[in-house]
Amino acid sequence: MSFIQDPIPWVIHWLETLLIGWGLSESLTQVVLFVLGAGLISVGAMFFTTMLIWAERKIGGRFQDRLGPNRVGPWGIFQTFADMLKIFTKEYINPVGVDKVPFNLAPVLSVAAVLAIWSVIPFSQTVFGTDISVGLLIIIAVGGLGEMAIILAGFGSNNKYALLGAFRAVAQLISYEVPLVIVLLIPVMFSGSMGLNDIVAAQKIPFIIYAPVACVIFFICSIAENGRAPFDLIEADSELVAGYNIEYSGLKFGMFFVADFLHAFTSAIVFTTIFLGGWQGPGVEEMPVLGGFYLLLKTLVVYFMMLAIRFTVPRFRIDQMMALNWKVLTPLSLVAVLVTAVVDKSIPQGNSLFRIAALLVANLILWLVADRMITAFRKRHPVQVVSNKRPLARPERLPAGGEGISQ
Amino acid sequence: MTGIQILFIVNALVIIFSAVMTVTARHMIHAALWFVLALLGVAVVYAMLEAGFFAVVQVLIYVGAIAILIIFAVMLTRRALEDQEKPFNRASLVTLLIVGIVFVGLILSIRFWPLLQSTTVPLSPDQLTVGTLGLALTDPQQFALPFEVTSILLLAAMIGAIYIAHERKEKGK
Repeated sequence: MSFIQDPIPWVIHWLETLLIGWGLSESLTQVVLFVLGAGLISVGAMFFTTMLIWAERKIGGRFQDRLGPNRVGPWGIFQTFADMLKIFTKEYINPVGVDKVPFNLAPVLSVAAVLAIWSVIPFSQTVFGTDISVGLLIIIAVGGLGEMAIILAGFGSNNKYALLGAFRAVAQLISYEVPLVIVLLIPVMFSGSMGLNDIVAAQKIPFIIYAPVACVIFFICSIAENGRAPFDLIEADSELVAGYNIEYSGLKFGMFFVADFLHAFTSAIVFTTIFLGGWQGPGVEEMPVLGGFYLLLKTLVVYFMMLAIRFTVPRFRIDQMMALNWKVLTPLSLVAVLVTAVVDKSIPQGNSLFRIAALLVANLILWLVADRMITAFRKRHPVQVVSNKRPLARPERLPAGGEGISQ
Repeated sequence: MTGIQILFIVNALVIIFSAVMTVTARHMIHAALWFVLALLGVAVVYAMLEAGFFAVVQVLIYVGAIAILIIFAVMLTRRALEDQEKPFNRASLVTLLIVGIVFVGLILSIRFWPLLQSTTVPLSPDQLTVGTLGLALTDPQQFALPFEVTSILLLAAMIGAIYIAHERKEKGK
C-alpha cells in the first residue's frame, strides 16, 4: 500500500503508528482517529457546501438566462464567502414567546441529521466512516431526525405560519418516504445486504441497468425529500412566508440554509452509491483512490440533473404532489418490488446478460402499463387547466345608458 | 469502571429523567419531546448491546414515525400552543400505589428468572446480521406464525384506517 495508490488509509496508518509511538493505548488511538475523521468529514462537507452554493447559483443563473453571482472574485466565486461573513455578523433575534430549547435545537439537529448520513457512505474501496450491516436503514432513520428538527422549529417559533409550514413540510417528507423506502428493497434484494459497502461491491454492473423504474422513483423521491422544485412546497414563499424557518435570523437561519444545500448534495451521493455503483469504475482494484474520483464525478452528474430539474420545472400544486405520490409512485414501487423479485428468482442464475435482458423487459412492461393506466385515468378525468372565458370590459359592452359610470 | 459502564449510567439517567419529565411536564408538546429523548436513549442502549439493527429500527420507527405521529395528533386535536394543564388527577395516589406494586413484582420476578442467574455468552458477529433475523422470521420452525399473525393484524388496522378516513360519496350521485 503506497501513498499514490491510496493516500487516506496511508495517512491513517501513519497517524496510528505515530500515536501508539507516543504511548497511547490501542483503544484510545481508535477513539482519537474516529473523532478526527468525523470532524474532518463534517468540516469538509460544510466547506464543500459553500462551493456548492456558488455553483448552484451560477448554474441556476445560466439555466434561467441570467448571469448568476459575478461580483466577488473571478466568476463571483467568493460570493458565498461574502454571504457567510454577512450571516455571521447578523444579529440573533429571539422573538418573544419562543420555546427556547426546541427553537435553538432545531437548526443544529437539521444539519446534524444530514451530516450523519456521511458516516456510512463508502467514498472509495478503503475510505468510509463505518461499515455497519444496516447502512441503508441509517440513511432513512436520520431522515426522521430531520423531520423532527422541522417540527421543533415550527413548534418552538411560536408562530402560526411557522407551525403550518412545519406541518406541510413534514406531511410531504413522510409521504415521499413511503415509495423511497419500498424502492430501496430492490438494491437490497440484488446485493443481499443492507450495508452500503456490500451494495457498492455488488454493482460491477450498476443497479440502474437492472432496475431503471426503481431508479427513477428513487430519484423523484429524493428530489421531493430535499424539498426542491418542483416539490418546493416546503418553502412556499407565496403562501406561508417562507415555511417553518421564518422566525430564524442570522446564523440559525444559515444552518437551515446549509442543511438544505447539503441535503441536496447528500441525496445525490446516496443515489450514486445505491444505483450508479458508487466508487466502481475501471481500475479501482489497483488504484483505490480512483474510486473517490469516480464517486465525485457521478455525484456531480446526478447533482447537475437535479439542478436542471430544479431550475426548469414549475412547482406542483399540493394536491397534485400528494396525488403523484400516493396514486402513482407508491403503487408503482410496490408492483416494481414484486415484479423484480419474481423475475429475478425465476430466471436461471449465472447468465448475467440474460438476467439484465429479462429485468429490463420486465421494467419496460411495467413502465408502459403504468403509463397507459395514467393516460386512461387522465382521459376519464380530464383536468381543466384554463378557466372559463371571462367577459372583457369594453366600451361597446357597457349596459345601455351608461349608468354606473361616474362622470 | 470502564468507559462503557460510565456511558451506560449516564444514558440510563437520561432515560429515567426524560421518562419522569414525560409524565410530569405541564405542556403536552413538551411531554412528547421528552418522550422522544427517552426513545433515543433506548436506541443508545440497543447500540451498546451491539444490536445495531434494533438501534436503527428504534430510531426509524419510534422517533421517525410514532413520535411524529404523536406530536401531530397532539397539535391537531388540542390547542397545543396554549394548553397548560395539570398532568395529575385525583387518582394519582392510588395509581402510584398500583404502579409501585407492579414495579416491585416485575423486579422480583426478573430477579429470580433462571436465565438471568447465569452469564450468557455474547453472540458471534455472524449471528448478529439482519439475514439471521429474516430467516428466523420466515422459518416455520421458529417465528413464521407470529410474524404472519402480526402482518394480518397490521393489514386489518390499515384497512380499518382507510375505511374510517374514506369519504363516502353521497347517495344518488
